[in-house]
Amino acid sequence: MASIEITNARKSYGAVDVLHGINLDIQDGEFIVLVGPSGCGKSTLLRMIAGLEEITSGDIAIGGNVVNDLQPKDRDIAMVFQSYALYPHMTVAENMSYALTLRKTAKEKVSAAIDNVAGILGLNALLQRRPKALSGGQRQRVAMGRAIVRQPQAFLFDEPLSNLDARLREQMRTEIRKLHRRLGATSVYVTHDQIEAMTMADRIVAMYDGIVQQVGTPLEIYDRPANIFVASFIGSPAMNFLTGTYQATGNTAAMTLDDGTVIPVLATPNASNGQKVTLGARPEHIDIVENGSVPSVTANVDLIEPMGLSTLVHVTLAGKPVKIFTLARPDLAIDSTVQIAFNMDKTHLFDSESELRLPPASEPHSSQPA
Amino acid sequence: MDGDKPVTNMTDVGKRPAARRGVFSRRLSGILEPYYYVSPAVVLIIAVMLMPLILGLSYAFRDIRILNPFSGGFVGLAHFQALMHDSAFLGALINTAWWTFGSLAFQFTLGLVLALLLNRQFAGRRLVQALVFLPWAVPTFLSGLNWAWMFNPVVGPLPHWLTSLGIMDTPFNILSDPDLAMWGPIIANIWFGIPFFAITLLAALQSIPGELYEAASIDGATTRQQFVSITIPFLAPTIAITLMLRTIWIANFADLIVVMTKGGPADSTQIVASYIFTQAFRRLDFGYASAIAAVLLVLLLAYALGVIALRRAMTHADS
Amino acid sequence: MSTPGKFPLRKTIYWGAHYLMIAAFVAFALFPLYWLLKVSVTPNDILYTEGVRMWPSRTTWDNYTFVLTQSHFPHYFMNSVIVSGCTALFTCIIAAITGYAFSRFRFNGKIIIVALMLITQMFPLVMLIAPIFRILAPLGLTDSLTGLIIVYTAFNVPFATFLMQSFFDGIPKDLEEAAMIDGNTRFEAFRRIILPLTLPGIAATLGFVFTAAWSELLFALMLVSSESASTFPVGLLSFVSKFGVDFGQMMAAGVLALIPACAFFLLIQRYLVQGLTAGAVKG
Repeated sequence: MASIEITNARKSYGAVDVLHGINLDIQDGEFIVLVGPSGCGKSTLLRMIAGLEEITSGDIAIGGNVVNDLQPKDRDIAMVFQSYALYPHMTVAENMSYALTLRKTAKEKVSAAIDNVAGILGLNALLQRRPKALSGGQRQRVAMGRAIVRQPQAFLFDEPLSNLDARLREQMRTEIRKLHRRLGATSVYVTHDQIEAMTMADRIVAMYDGIVQQVGTPLEIYDRPANIFVASFIGSPAMNFLTGTYQATGNTAAMTLDDGTVIPVLATPNASNGQKVTLGARPEHIDIVENGSVPSVTANVDLIEPMGLSTLVHVTLAGKPVKIFTLARPDLAIDSTVQIAFNMDKTHLFDSESELRLPPASEPHSSQPA
Repeated sequence: MDGDKPVTNMTDVGKRPAARRGVFSRRLSGILEPYYYVSPAVVLIIAVMLMPLILGLSYAFRDIRILNPFSGGFVGLAHFQALMHDSAFLGALINTAWWTFGSLAFQFTLGLVLALLLNRQFAGRRLVQALVFLPWAVPTFLSGLNWAWMFNPVVGPLPHWLTSLGIMDTPFNILSDPDLAMWGPIIANIWFGIPFFAITLLAALQSIPGELYEAASIDGATTRQQFVSITIPFLAPTIAITLMLRTIWIANFADLIVVMTKGGPADSTQIVASYIFTQAFRRLDFGYASAIAAVLLVLLLAYALGVIALRRAMTHADS
Repeated sequence: MSTPGKFPLRKTIYWGAHYLMIAAFVAFALFPLYWLLKVSVTPNDILYTEGVRMWPSRTTWDNYTFVLTQSHFPHYFMNSVIVSGCTALFTCIIAAITGYAFSRFRFNGKIIIVALMLITQMFPLVMLIAPIFRILAPLGLTDSLTGLIIVYTAFNVPFATFLMQSFFDGIPKDLEEAAMIDGNTRFEAFRRIILPLTLPGIAATLGFVFTAAWSELLFALMLVSSESASTFPVGLLSFVSKFGVDFGQMMAAGVLALIPACAFFLLIQRYLVQGLTAGAVKG
């Protein structure tokens, strides 16, 4: 196992810059998830760690050794591909032993390793089959097995679950997580699925447009998103955004929405009066309240989505759609009005210009890479 | 390799390991890798095709006759001037056009029909496919000999069939009739060339997504409408490229004519390619033969560029 | 497509016409080959008297016996096998490597190389005979099988390369990337993972090139003068001039010449359509 350090890594294809100077330290044994929309550069970064893409400038070090110019085979890493990339002309056992045979590992050791891994993944009965004769989930397991058998310095996963159906994906998610706990191997996992990122990561690296937007534990990212992109990308149903201007008097502050509605917010030393700001509120941080009980605003009910455990209420506020998540089963009529209250301690303010979060004065300073 | 870089120095770019010897060469080998792969082919093609082509073009301006030890001198444009007045060459040009487009029209039409027939599922399709493609595998010289034999009224059935169909008055060999002789090699060429078009067009047909036809039939398109609005547009690019390549290929293809008629009778089947062959190897006048070949190459290049320009103009008009 | 139709009569007529046309194509394709076979088993004395009969009143294997035992044909045959076999082998190796590079790498000059290969398909090859003779003669490669193999390989590499490229394009890049991570260099990954998966494509290319080399006449005729290095087509042609024309024997030889080419072709023609389909998708 090893740490991975990425220093100022850039990638460009001709004049097109795909990655603009990535810095990232991955600890030994850490499970890191690179998340972002397609085209954000996360897969490119992973492939650069693997050695499948040349690094234009900067350094990538695995276990303290700069590997920029090492071929993939010399980096001692294993990778699980989205397509699984199982060798179609080899049996499951041959697929799993291929790397070990190339390293001239003794036969008994190879078969012991395969037996062990097949046991862990429940592949014993499939060892003599060809990939063609396996189901999607089984192929996924074999791809995992092929990586595990090698006991590499690090595991790289390139959207390994996106070809599975929802149920299987959920199951594999926990399984990969358990495996990681068991093996303690440094892992870099690429996905565009924020749920995978939230549930699996020790730390999430949120990427957009070839730039790392934020690095942090899932809850850090969820609770204190660095900017509008991270705030909108992480969390489902997604965060609501309302635009307006910031006004503070003493220790209390409020923002005025575009239609004049006033919403109280936590004061922040980073905003000045009259500054254009964006309010971010997660659906679960907006409450439906009785008239007059707490400071509330009036919104229009558009749609009610009962989900059993919870209910998602779609309303319109200041001309913008807003989603409210509630565990109650509110008795509301469509097109009626409703009083809603924002949980001031949990909402976020972002500068509309820079889109960066404006932390409230009450929040302790935390290290937030820009 | 890159030294024991201390982990704590990660961000210190200035402390990159000094021992980066070999990095440059490793990068270089990464850049060179594709060229290693293509170099055997490129070397071979340059040595065996490009160099001889240039040498051949130079012969066109020289006096190269194998049996004449004093030949080899530079003659300028003399060969080309002679060509202008060589009625056999001008005749060969016209014959080439006949030969090429006569063969091509039938090869293509019949090949397309065959491909369409084979694109439907029916009992014995695979066997049929193997059998109808077989002529392509027959060595051309053998096809030529065999067809020449079949056109011969003494030993071949064709003249007798044509007579009983009333097309011929009495059985005779069309290969010895200057007016009809060209049809002999053309028919042999059609026989030999149908499979090429059928294979290429069948491949193109099979790459048309089936859902398109399903969608069209749900939309109420008849079979004929489906053919016009789906099949033809999908085949068009394949048709355009194969027709062009095949035109050039057939224009250059002298084997059948050399074997069946040797350009006779009275040069009536002499095409430019077979004329080059005759000049070079019966009269051993390589200089003159190269001049003819150069003219043919220029004509074919002009044709190819013309077709490409036309295609581009048409696709532009579409969009 | 073939849902139970509302118009059974129309369907019947359609399929009747379909099979009729198929039958016509099969007859057109096979009749000349049948005639070849017929002449080859006709005894010499009735070759002309029964020249136009569909099947001779007597048949004989004499022509075959003669060709196999009394003539140079077995020798020509061996030469052709060597030349075509080696050409097919070398062409495939070179075309596979080049086609792989075309399929997987982006590099400077690729367009030029592709254009060069396309243009070679346009040459009047007859024009190259004299210069190639001039180049090969001082190297001692005229009148030799080696010379023919080199020339044929060069002629066939461009088309074979494009064919192979279409096969490689159909194989996901992930596979060799996985192999490279597993411990192969790129070339090893190509050899151990990608090549085995393209075996059908390689078979198609082998068969295609073998057939082409097996039929080639003009260069064989001009680059080779001695009997010992003659290939089958040349031998067959010299038959015509040397012994007057013994058609029966010539056709017997022809039938023998057909066997390897046809056998090869029957094996590979399915893959040929598949391969072109894969390529056609790319346009």
